[in-house]
Amino acid sequence: MLALSIRGLTKTYRNGVQALRGVDLDVEQGDFFALLGPNGAGKTTLIGIITSLVNKTAGTASVFGHDLDSQLERAKSCIGVVPQELNFNQFETPLTIVINQAGFYGIPRAVARERAEKYLRQLQLWDKRNGIARGLSGGMKRRLMIARALMHEPRLLVLDEPTAGVDIEIRRSMWEFLNDINAHGTTIILTTHYLEEAENLCRNIAIIDNGHIVERDRMSNLLRGLHTETFVLNLRDPVAVAPQVAGFALTWIDEHTLEAEVSKDQSLNGLFAQLAAQRLEVLSMRNKVNRLEEVFMRLVEHRGTNA
Amino acid sequence: MPEPAVMTPAAAAPSLNAARWTGFLTIIIREYSRIVRIWGQTLVPSAVTAILYFVIFGSLIGRRVGQMDGFDYMQYIAPGLIMMSVITNSYGNSVSSFFGAKFGKHVEELLVSPLPNWIIVGGYAAGGLLRGLMVGAVVTLVSLVFARLPVHHLGLIIAAVLLTSLIFSLGGFINAVFAKNFDQVNWIPAFILTPLTYFGGVFYSVSMLPPWARALSHVNPILHMVNAFRYGFLGISDVSVLGAFGLMVALAIVLFLVALNLMNRGVGIRD
Repeated sequence: MLALSIRGLTKTYRNGVQALRGVDLDVEQGDFFALLGPNGAGKTTLIGIITSLVNKTAGTASVFGHDLDSQLERAKSCIGVVPQELNFNQFETPLTIVINQAGFYGIPRAVARERAEKYLRQLQLWDKRNGIARGLSGGMKRRLMIARALMHEPRLLVLDEPTAGVDIEIRRSMWEFLNDINAHGTTIILTTHYLEEAENLCRNIAIIDNGHIVERDRMSNLLRGLHTETFVLNLRDPVAVAPQVAGFALTWIDEHTLEAEVSKDQSLNGLFAQLAAQRLEVLSMRNKVNRLEEVFMRLVEHRGTNA
Repeated sequence: MPEPAVMTPAAAAPSLNAARWTGFLTIIIREYSRIVRIWGQTLVPSAVTAILYFVIFGSLIGRRVGQMDGFDYMQYIAPGLIMMSVITNSYGNSVSSFFGAKFGKHVEELLVSPLPNWIIVGGYAAGGLLRGLMVGAVVTLVSLVFARLPVHHLGLIIAAVLLTSLIFSLGGFINAVFAKNFDQVNWIPAFILTPLTYFGGVFYSVSMLPPWARALSHVNPILHMVNAFRYGFLGISDVSVLGAFGLMVALAIVLFLVALNLMNRGVGIRD
């Protein structure tokens, strides 16, 4: 079953900006799905339409088979949303915020109290439940929005940059939490600017640019399609120029650092053998950017040059 | 570190009507909590204002005015002062609460929820009604310190206060939908509501006015509301009580439909 099905979705704002230009997109039930794109590509508009915060200009969308035009209440009851910007009353307590949100979804107060304890504990906010939300740290506020979105136990969780501005430790713990939620059956759609996050968490991916879906594939297929990768090599001994290595393009960065472009049909052993023959010892090696970032940049830049 | 997520087994989903009722009550509970949390801004000022009016207009000036329509001046103005506080607070609650929710973006909590727009409008209207009634009760208690208030018809008193409060709650809600900044939240109360209230027969009987001013006063809906309410206490009115209730019911329906239409179109809240 499809958790989300979108056909021909367009959005033109009053100022004439065309944010979406006929988007078609399907997300399978149970998927952990990445929706990526540069700033202003249309991600937040797309999420805004799915969550009823933005009026669409044309097209259709349905959530678990419930059409957003004709079965809006049923569709909305399936969705939990964690927006990009903080949107809770900062003068209320976390406990009040999550219990009220459950109420707006028709969850009786007694059940809401139980769930509030469960989710606030799981997201390490229980000790802060009776303080004013404004006093929470940035990471806590993000986690509060996740707890709030889970109060009605939605079948589809939409996360719009949930880890923006969150330190790496909290971010990784949030990844674990979201993986667990997904493993228990919740479909997740994630937008993020941390492509490492998308690569680690998501099984399927769509890249949106300038209001169009420019790529839609399994994450593994997309990464397999990466023809070249750029590696950064750290050398033990200094070099003044980039050495000549047959079949590989090497760039001199500094006297201890080289960059090597390696296409997917080339063996790294060949590179190392040639470097070793020139008495150059490689101490360590890393990808210059993560692989998804490389795919992403190529897709977006390619469209930019074609535009 | 967050603990592993464990979803609870799917509970039986509440029926659509039960879910809507829970949502409606949640909005009211949230509004009640807000009213009580900021009681110094919501409940106390009207009581202080009422005391000042009673002392200055009722006690000091009222003694020289003597009787009006057969009642002490203090008794005559008491229903009007109660109604004035109900109007101001019902309007003020809806406009500040909904605009605050827009400004702070937490209106999105409601917009993403499955609650239909008529429940959201109804919930905010009920919140304004609640504050109007709470403040009205406080001002009534203050009034009883200064004047003996007879009850001519309890049902009409209740109906008049409920309808008036509802009308101004809805008015405040509509103001909040259109408002783009805090200035626009204050314009209507300052430049329309206050003059209409002062010219709405709170402090005088329109029978004292020249014919043209009397005729003009009848266009002011607050005159009808105040007189319907006063009739419930004192049994006197400058206007047709039946006509006043007809006007109030019509206004409440029209304003509700306007508010609902604005929500459905997403004016001021959806791009």
